[in-house]
Amino acid sequence: MAVRVQTEDFDAGAEIAALRRANPKVGAVASFIGVVRDVNDGDAVATLTLEHYPGMTEKALEAIVAEAQGRWDILDALVVHRVGTLAPLDQIVLVAVSSAHRGEAFAACEFIMDYLKTRAPFWKQEATPQGPRWVDARDSDDAAAERWAAEAKRQGAA
Amino acid sequence: MINLVFFARLREDLGTAGEALELPAGVTTVAGLRAHLVQRGGAWAGALAPGRAVRVAVNHDMADAATPIKPGDEVAFFPPVTGG
Repeated sequence: MAVRVQTEDFDAGAEIAALRRANPKVGAVASFIGVVRDVNDGDAVATLTLEHYPGMTEKALEAIVAEAQGRWDILDALVVHRVGTLAPLDQIVLVAVSSAHRGEAFAACEFIMDYLKTRAPFWKQEATPQGPRWVDARDSDDAAAERWAAEAKRQGAA
Repeated sequence: MINLVFFARLREDLGTAGEALELPAGVTTVAGLRAHLVQRGGAWAGALAPGRAVRVAVNHDMADAATPIKPGDEVAFFPPVTGG
């Protein structure tokens, strides 16, 4: 299990290969890559600058990965999140999870992303033709994270 | 003393990334600290007003209004997060 916050780009293929290398118990790897778009809320986005809270960010990501590990039978997980100024087409975040079977890898990967969006201290600011603009948190992100809590409650009750 | 830090839009609205603050008498929780800062008026009253979406972390853990604060703590105020 590893989390990294960095300004440099990442090679998703190499990261995923390293995640499953030399572990013959791995039967599935699910991954997600978040990418900078050139438009948001109807405005052109020239660059996207990501700020974070050093120290807390790593701790929050490790806690999210640990929670995923507690909920699903996964073999390994990796989170790489970039900070600094990025441009459209640039990669922002990589989440990769390995497991014996696909169900756990898919679920844990989505869970880690959903919790990252609502719990990890990153903030985005876009450069638009009207000037810099902080990105507002979306209610749909809270809803995505909350459905995992509801799921846990349902399973607990069953 | 506590170490106060601010991020993103909140840092810009307050015009500071943080400060060392002598914990005022009677302030023992996140809610108490926020109310104390609001009393400064001006940008503080606006940015931290009740009802504004502000998240708080104490010593790098997400906190809520009732989370206790003691000397030596690092308390961070910031907007809802938007990573990923």
